[in-house]
Amino acid sequence: MTGTDDVLVKISGLGKSFKRGTETIQVLDKLDLAIPRGDFLALMGPSGSGKSTLLNLIGGLDRPSQGTIEVGGERIDQLSGSRLAAWRARHIGLIFQFYNLMPVLTAQRNVELPLLLTRLSRAQRRQHAAVALDVVGLSHRSNHYPRQLSGGEQQRVGIARAIVADPTVLLCDEPTGDLDRKSGDEILDLLQALNREQGKTIVMVTHDHHAAERARRTLYLEKGQMSTEPVA
Amino acid sequence: MKYFNLVWSNLKRHKLRTLLTVLSILVAFMLFGYLSAIRQGFNQGISVAGANRLVVRHKVSLIQLLPESYEARMERIPGVNSAVHSTWFGGVYQKPSNFFAQMPVQPEQYLDMFPEYVLPDDQRAAWLATRSGAIAGKVLAERFGWKIGDRIPINATIWFKKDGGATWEFDLVGIYTGAEKNTDTSGFFFRYDFFEETRGKWGSGQVGWYTVRIADPARAAETAAAIDQEFANSPAETKTEPEGAFIQGFANQIGNIGQIMMSIVAAVFFTILLVAGNTMAYSVRERTSELAVLKAMGFSDRKVLGLVLGESMLLTCLGGGLGLALAWLLISLGDPTRGSLPVFFFPVREMVIGVGLVLGMGLIAGILPALRAQHLQIADALRR
Repeated sequence: MTGTDDVLVKISGLGKSFKRGTETIQVLDKLDLAIPRGDFLALMGPSGSGKSTLLNLIGGLDRPSQGTIEVGGERIDQLSGSRLAAWRARHIGLIFQFYNLMPVLTAQRNVELPLLLTRLSRAQRRQHAAVALDVVGLSHRSNHYPRQLSGGEQQRVGIARAIVADPTVLLCDEPTGDLDRKSGDEILDLLQALNREQGKTIVMVTHDHHAAERARRTLYLEKGQMSTEPVA
Repeated sequence: MKYFNLVWSNLKRHKLRTLLTVLSILVAFMLFGYLSAIRQGFNQGISVAGANRLVVRHKVSLIQLLPESYEARMERIPGVNSAVHSTWFGGVYQKPSNFFAQMPVQPEQYLDMFPEYVLPDDQRAAWLATRSGAIAGKVLAERFGWKIGDRIPINATIWFKKDGGATWEFDLVGIYTGAEKNTDTSGFFFRYDFFEETRGKWGSGQVGWYTVRIADPARAAETAAAIDQEFANSPAETKTEPEGAFIQGFANQIGNIGQIMMSIVAAVFFTILLVAGNTMAYSVRERTSELAVLKAMGFSDRKVLGLVLGESMLLTCLGGGLGLALAWLLISLGDPTRGSLPVFFFPVREMVIGVGLVLGMGLIAGILPALRAQHLQIADALRR
């Protein structure tokens, strides 16, 4: 913890249900959660427990069925589609399990993508992207396409893309899930450094206890409910 | 403009597919441009036909002759300023494939009636002074390499000479140009008095049709009716119509070429629209997750719609633009029939329509995939 009561993400009575045919599946139910600024939270739980759904809701990628989500004091569950998109551009950095880089763009261009939504000039975008690639140690690979990079390097590009616009929260969905142990450790080192040295608030969904150990704290999600201990 | 690189990179994703689609669009628009020029060639004259000119022909058909004496009677009809006759000669220069129109006319009256044929004064004077004199249009003279002073032999197929001979010889005394870009300068005119005194007995004193200048274009229908009334119940009744309609009718003798061509182009366009639409639909479907990632980053629904539409527009603009440019290049090489299409150019109006069709095709081909991308649910798409 950061040792401060500065709550960045505040979730109250959150519920999310999906319709599958005539059946309604309640994935999250009356969930309350507070994430302080500067936290590195690992979310664990079995498949289908709602971890990714919760991550999507915090990131404004999906809308809750019930409850409220406040990020930095702003009720994102009440924002219109276009305002929510603009909010995501300003506040959210996303890191995916399968990197989700654009295969037709170089590493540099991939990292520049979020900056297209800013007022930065082309030269400034290039400069920012170069800095982000430097942070993840990939300056020398900036002109390579994703297919020319290893899995670990692609995930580093993904992290550079996530941090380039200096978002408020980094949301990571199984960031090491597609990597071998060594590459995974490098990615976790990077996330830890971003959290400790730059104070980035990180929420990471993972199945891997080894990865979760790197977080400041771990919460377990099962059957739509949150706990600090895994359900036996 | 800052999104251009993203749009362009997506088009380069499947280079072969993009190339084939661009080529198919290119061919369609090249065909459109080239056929537009051919259609213009067939319809030449209609667009510039004088609103104050009527054409009077035999009521039964164009090939039936009218008496030469009608000219004076027409000029007495209220609303008619002047009348001038023309006759189809239909001769052959060297070989039948060297087709061009030849007509005996009254030089002064004819040039007055058609001011779009521009003949220098000295050549005009030479024509009036030379009974066997003839003038040729610039396109025609260039086609056969004629120059003033040449003797042009033409073999008759309709109008044989009094002595039974078929070869008529004319002295080229002038080369006329066109006042407008689309003025036909492929004609060959010689003197009617020379024609009348040289031709055999058949058809003597008869002419093909009349062109009449009227005082008030707003009363064209009334004047046309008065002309036809004048010759009603005579052995040679007339049918009077505006010059544009006459030229259209003349062109339609070999079918409505314009309509046939545009039907072909429409069918080609429809097919290409399906091809381009299919390309875009595939392109969007195969990168659903990438579009979802863009939205997750903060690209709004409208931006994603714009990106996909931009891609579709770029695809059709590339193919369509190149197609229209290639058509222009081919058209500028000249009439492919070497003479059958005396007016052959890419009309500006058709060019503008072409550009409109390019944009329209881009919009229609891209709109459904773009709407699909716009309405993509991020969380659902990322799960796929």
